[in-house]
Amino acid sequence: MGKKQGSTNQKLDNIPSWFWVSISFLIALGLLKLLSILPSTSLVFASPEAIIRSFIKKAKDGTIWGHIGISLFRVFGGFAFGFILAVPVAFMMGWYKIFRNLVEPWIQFIRNIPPIAYIPLVIAGVGVGEKAKIVVIFVATFLVMVISIYQGVCNVDATLIKAAKVLGAKDRTIFFQVVIPASTPFILVGVRLGLSAALTTLVAAEMTGASKGLGMMVTSAGQYYDMATVLMGIIVIGIIGLTLEKIVKLLERRLTGWQETQVM
Amino acid sequence: MAGNTGNVKVKIDNVRKVFNGRSGEMIALNGVSLDIKENEFVCVVGPSGCGKSTLLNIIAGLGEPTSGKVYVDDKEVVGPGTERGVVFQQYALFPWLTVRKNVEFGLKLKGLKKDEVSKICDKYIKMVDLEEFADSYPKELSGGMKQRVAIARAYAVSPEVLLMDEPFGALDAQTRTQLQSDLLDTWQKERKTCFFITHDVDEAIILAQRVVIMSARPGRIKEIVNIDIPYPRTQETKMSKEFLDLKNYIWGQVYQEYLEVRR
Repeated sequence: MGKKQGSTNQKLDNIPSWFWVSISFLIALGLLKLLSILPSTSLVFASPEAIIRSFIKKAKDGTIWGHIGISLFRVFGGFAFGFILAVPVAFMMGWYKIFRNLVEPWIQFIRNIPPIAYIPLVIAGVGVGEKAKIVVIFVATFLVMVISIYQGVCNVDATLIKAAKVLGAKDRTIFFQVVIPASTPFILVGVRLGLSAALTTLVAAEMTGASKGLGMMVTSAGQYYDMATVLMGIIVIGIIGLTLEKIVKLLERRLTGWQETQVM
Repeated sequence: MAGNTGNVKVKIDNVRKVFNGRSGEMIALNGVSLDIKENEFVCVVGPSGCGKSTLLNIIAGLGEPTSGKVYVDDKEVVGPGTERGVVFQQYALFPWLTVRKNVEFGLKLKGLKKDEVSKICDKYIKMVDLEEFADSYPKELSGGMKQRVAIARAYAVSPEVLLMDEPFGALDAQTRTQLQSDLLDTWQKERKTCFFITHDVDEAIILAQRVVIMSARPGRIKEIVNIDIPYPRTQETKMSKEFLDLKNYIWGQVYQEYLEVRR
């Protein structure tokens, strides 16, 4: 019995992963089709064909590209500001104890508040324009990234710093040639979490009154009960998320392939 | 005897180190004085917590004594310096650098020319017999190989004093024996003053000209035993009566200290 199980496992291992992904995709498609037919769920779930039709229609008249473009602009805008601020703040927290003791409680407190909660604050501060969305995404990504990068800085092996010192390294060299490379895996984890937080916050940010954007497209289609467009928008957001993650993973393999075990 | 002649290279003068922990003051070292001669090989044995590593850190300039001083060539130690190389138990290789880049790390900081850097680097990678792995990353190496890289890296900047903190402690017995004899070979070729910390009494006797036995709580020197067995020492040395007598004696002394600590 056990032996037979082992050989089945072996056979399963030999099947390439693209095969599993395709099968999994087809099953999901089938389930969606089923949900769109069943009377109790057909009001909520549009059929795969309807979703594709909705995409083709919006692709032909060009509106979907506008939504995707402006959403990506907001995601990357907010993320970029978040990243640029998170790196120095995280390193300062790791480097200066006083700074850490003062700033860490704030970060721990704010990060538990969902970004939607401070949207009114943001609108009151910078209005409902482009700035508001970027600010909300910025705050969300900054918090996520500062925490994970700070962890990286704290986890730099003290023996490596000692080893650099006895080989003649001074503070500058230690910072650039030991602390930075040693924290790179955590910086990349931060980037991955940050991008995912940016996407998560996107819909919320676009609810602050947008005329364009995937989040706004989904929200307004929902008001017209156009479930095909709602689902299409959700799927597009999902595809963007997956693509961003793949890109960061590629970057991780390039930059941190030296690690003994991959950091999750 | 090489150990009893020559100039004093490292002078440890009445070193005391107190740590202030949560449970109050902890005296890690008290009144430790020791003269290490040029090119001498000294091993330090003692129970865990006797301050061996603390003493090594102070000599390396990675920690400051609470009182007392350490001199190298009559110059007071105030921080790390490349005339004192350190080999750590945990290898401490930079995992993002290849073997070659690890060995070159200190050389580049010295401001040497590129071709000089790679020439010296080649020499020491060859010394530890890792030419094949020059472009590998540490994660691709075994523990013994990693420690050989660390030794090559320490040698490359040509320190006059080598400080080794249980460098072979994490290795299996066979690898340890191999690295011990490699280290002795190298030491006989390129004489350096060696300060070597170990738990292993056999290791101390096979390597050292003098074995320093330390007591715990507070850490201090209990006794210094001269090892008058001539070099080159081999595995057969470990069977000789001389070796076994010394082993019995030193082990007895260290064991007493273990009992003290456990009490």
